[in-house]
Amino acid sequence: MINTFIGNLGHFMTIVAFVSALTTAYAYIQYFRANEIEKANWRRFSRISFAVHGISAVMIAVSLFEIIYNHRFEYFYAYSHSSEALPVHYMISSFWEGQEGAFILWIFWNVVLGTILIFTNKFWEAPVMVVFALVQAFLVSMILGVVIGDLKIGSSPFILLREATQAPIFQMNPDFVPEDGTGLNPLLQNIWMVIHPPTLFLGYASTLVPFAFLMGGLVTKKYSEWIRPALPWAIFSAMILGMGIIMGAYWAYVTLNFGGYWNWDPVENAVYVPWLILVASIHTMITFKKSATALKTSMILVIMTFILVLYATFLVRSGVLGDASVHSFTDLGLSGQLLIYMLFFLFVAVVLCVKEWKNIPTSEKEASVYSREFWVFIGATTLSLMAFQVILPTSIPAWNAMVESFGGISNMAPPADQIEFYTKFQLWFAVVLAMLTAVGQFFWWQKMDKKALKDALLTPYIISVLLSAAIIVLAKVYDWQYIIVVLAGTFTITANSVILFKILKKSSFKLAGGSLAHIGLGMILIGIMFSSGYSDTISINMSGLTYSNSWEDELNKEHVLLWINKPTQMKDYTVIYRGRQKKVKGISENVPAKILEPTGEVNEALALEDYKDYFQKGEKVDIVLEENDYFQIEYYQNEVLKFSLSPMSQFNEGMGGLISSPASRIFIDRDLYTYVAAMNDSEDPEWKEDETYEVAPGEQFHVADYVTYFDGADVLKELDGYVLQEGDVAVRANLRILDYDVEKLLQPTFIIRNNQVGKLPVIDNELGLKISLENILPEQNKFVFKVNQYQKDYVVMKAIVKPYINVLWIGTIIMLAGFSVAIFRRFDEFKKMRDKGLEV
Amino acid sequence: MKTGHIIGLGIIAIAIVIIMTSIGDASSYESFTTAKEMKHNGEDKAIHVVGHLKKDTSGEVTGLNVREDKVSFTFMLVDNEGVEQEVFYNEPVPADFTRSESVVVIGSYKNEEIFIADKILMKCPSKYQETEVQAAGM
Repeated sequence: MINTFIGNLGHFMTIVAFVSALTTAYAYIQYFRANEIEKANWRRFSRISFAVHGISAVMIAVSLFEIIYNHRFEYFYAYSHSSEALPVHYMISSFWEGQEGAFILWIFWNVVLGTILIFTNKFWEAPVMVVFALVQAFLVSMILGVVIGDLKIGSSPFILLREATQAPIFQMNPDFVPEDGTGLNPLLQNIWMVIHPPTLFLGYASTLVPFAFLMGGLVTKKYSEWIRPALPWAIFSAMILGMGIIMGAYWAYVTLNFGGYWNWDPVENAVYVPWLILVASIHTMITFKKSATALKTSMILVIMTFILVLYATFLVRSGVLGDASVHSFTDLGLSGQLLIYMLFFLFVAVVLCVKEWKNIPTSEKEASVYSREFWVFIGATTLSLMAFQVILPTSIPAWNAMVESFGGISNMAPPADQIEFYTKFQLWFAVVLAMLTAVGQFFWWQKMDKKALKDALLTPYIISVLLSAAIIVLAKVYDWQYIIVVLAGTFTITANSVILFKILKKSSFKLAGGSLAHIGLGMILIGIMFSSGYSDTISINMSGLTYSNSWEDELNKEHVLLWINKPTQMKDYTVIYRGRQKKVKGISENVPAKILEPTGEVNEALALEDYKDYFQKGEKVDIVLEENDYFQIEYYQNEVLKFSLSPMSQFNEGMGGLISSPASRIFIDRDLYTYVAAMNDSEDPEWKEDETYEVAPGEQFHVADYVTYFDGADVLKELDGYVLQEGDVAVRANLRILDYDVEKLLQPTFIIRNNQVGKLPVIDNELGLKISLENILPEQNKFVFKVNQYQKDYVVMKAIVKPYINVLWIGTIIMLAGFSVAIFRRFDEFKKMRDKGLEV
Repeated sequence: MKTGHIIGLGIIAIAIVIIMTSIGDASSYESFTTAKEMKHNGEDKAIHVVGHLKKDTSGEVTGLNVREDKVSFTFMLVDNEGVEQEVFYNEPVPADFTRSESVVVIGSYKNEEIFIADKILMKCPSKYQETEVQAAGM
């Protein structure tokens, strides 16, 4: 039976949230303008209005989750993003797999942030909340799902399946409810995908806070006072957004078969660019607080950050990227709405700035080369140029769309080799940044002139050169470009460590945020250089096959074909593919797939054999996501088994084929990263023509390429799955088949009942064999076997060694820790001033 | 000249370099005909060609030729002008390859006969467009 109540509730709440957002904006404007007598009333009304908005926003989320959680597949959202087999934590991922869910998440975070601001910051409440409420109105409109004539406003997640598709079944039975949904994209069935989107969207949402304070500052003509409350939020935003980016990169590294953590895909670029500008704005804001310069620059950067977040959302969610991205985003027809959203705030910000520009205080004095302002300014400029270099080519599809909308033709395409293209700029910019942080930090903490600078830099310089020399020699870094990267990286690490040491000795840990974050930057740089620059594909195909074309021989084949049980050499390792596995609930190791037979129930299988102490033959076991196959690959060195890895693969019809996830062996100094690129499809084998063999017991013969021993036959008293009657004769042959170091016993059976012959063939998918006992010739003491062959099981695999990738991960953690320390310090500052009553 | 001016000029110079390289390194969408012309003119830059896989009358993909070691393959791509071309890809066949609605190959001509793709982007029929709702519940 179709449940329409919950969908209607969700849709109603969406409308309430939209209307209350507009009301809140209006009310706060009135509160802002009202005279002293009416102020209290307007404030109460504004807050109630925002509370209504907040509660309805939460109710939208609750309704959608109820639909997913209770498997209401009559709703399109549940049908297309979820399925019965999903565990609860992945239902959470289903929630934001669709764009509507992502918008709800964003709306939710804004409500949380808005509430915190109301409680912590009374003075700025009115102007800040006007901006918040307007943003909320735009965001809620994305999921409004209201159609007025030809105009469609928003895409509602609460539509029923029968409204979303024109499937003929709904004409016959409008109340039809599908048994199961199409499921969650398996690539998102990962713990990182449960926590990465909320983090990223909190990062997105929090960029609004500094922007709202700035708008408030412009309106109230408090051109510089907005910085103090905005700064801790800007750092918070950079920390969270940075964490979101890193989580995304880590997710890509552990679940996607891109072969790495960063691919310069438009979707990745779209979050990287606002983050760079955000970090630049933090630096100029801090400078302003110290020396009253760079106020206008800070304003421009804060506005840019917020607008770039909206621009990123537009690029990623409007469908304009089309062919340019490997991520598939469906166009929900929101592009116009997203564009208006972005242009509206751009327009408001520009108008307010232009109007107030003359009144904004500036410092006329020229920054000296020996001042910290100068170095921070150069740093912010470098960050902005980095952002500019990335956003320009990323926007090519948007440019094409714009030219075409004016009737022109543009056939520009993004650079063919994106990684090479972006790296050649970003690497050098990053080197410059690393140098700047090292020098800049010294300027920051002491007064500098030529001599003082020399003295201060000499020690870190010598240490870093020695350290670099050691790294270069030990890790064999012989490329001049990479040598420079190592030098820059170690220089920023040592210089900032010296600063950190001094700070800790002299004053409190609270001031250490900057140097910590910069040490992280240096480590990230070195980690990226090693793990990407020296990444080594070891799965080079050595099959020795010669190709018909000479040019083809010149190409490196970067995958290996592994036949089951056959040892194959791969650089330092001998690898052997051992067959498919499944994950079983409650068992930490994987279980061979061949001893599990699906029962037809979701995620349930029957054990065909005992398996260690875990379960016995005939028991029913629960499988964790039955579509997932794990391919067990053993790694040997000097004939000793070192370890085995099981990269995952899922054949998913709904998602369009094979979806692979890598498996990595993590060493302290490197990762061995492997994934399956192709596999044998044994679902519906095309058996080759019959081959018959007449063999006597004890004889040895060849079945396909396998050495096979016929060890004789037994007469059976009982037979699994069959009831033997009086007079029945059942004979089972024992065939021992050798495949490299594996010996298999295949037992085809032959039954005679009332002169009728029944044959029970055996199928071995791993060997690609079907053998049946066709006949028994007692006079000749011979048995007749019929054999059909198919493909022996195989996988095609890629393996890459990524050296020192842990340096990168540790670097990111240190950088985030640095941000956290800075947030603490700046918020503390703000709070003290506020409580003293000095803060306006 | 003030330091500020030098820096300003430096920034403008770098920005111009960035813009020029972005335009210079940008690839373009071509057809096989224009791609071949480019090869004749000695331009080896990788370009994008949008097309679809060649299919026989019954709708089955034809011309797919997987190498014996399964780590590379060739296929026939028909571009938007209807020109057929054999394309080589030095990777295993992506699993959803034959189901793709359109294929973008990024690469260039190796010689007169063969186009080598460095990268393939596929557009697969979106699951949202499924008109046939799985009628398992019937």
